[in-house]
Amino acid sequence: MLIAATLAILVVMGMAIIRGVMGPTLYDRILAVNMFGTKTVLLISLLGFVMGRPEFLDIAIVYALINFVSVIGVLHYSEYSELKSGPDRIEQPRKDS
Amino acid sequence: MDSVIEFSSALCLLIGSFLCLSGGVGILRFPDFYTRMHAVGVTDTLVAAMILIGLMLLRPENLVLVKLVMILLMTLFINPTASHALAKAALHSGLLPLLHRRDKEKGAESSNPW
Repeated sequence: MLIAATLAILVVMGMAIIRGVMGPTLYDRILAVNMFGTKTVLLISLLGFVMGRPEFLDIAIVYALINFVSVIGVLHYSEYSELKSGPDRIEQPRKDS
Repeated sequence: MDSVIEFSSALCLLIGSFLCLSGGVGILRFPDFYTRMHAVGVTDTLVAAMILIGLMLLRPENLVLVKLVMILLMTLFINPTASHALAKAALHSGLLPLLHRRDKEKGAESSNPW
């Protein structure tokens, strides 16, 4: 069951990468990166249990903190700087659907 | 007793994997940034809780348990905060939700929903 959960998380990380690459706005990409980071924390702790070395949990804790700080930092930067007038500034993505 | 604990751990991991996959499908298929954020934000906290509780049931050593509880608490605090900040930044930068956007295209006098 541990290995099944690991595989599910790996598949979802791939989906997050797809959304991050093709996301129409900047915020879609940030959302995908945030989801990827959260899933990375879970993946590291699961892999620690799969390999029988639960010391990996320390790395997972550090990774959770780094993920939060990076997301907040990028959001702050994009809200108060010129980044939001970059190439994919709110182009109101698709007319259909 | 042992088998009961193992079974409930496997059940928690299974529910976590299912919710994880549904969040992944949601981030790919939903039409709008805000709906995508709903899918990710709602499933992420429950996925982390379920998988970490499944791991806690597996290994009753004290130090490992404390670390798992710390990761769970951190996730429960961090995920909603990041989601809120993301939604606020997107809304302030002028990204409209899909329904509001359609009203504007039709030229109707759109009622402001917030």
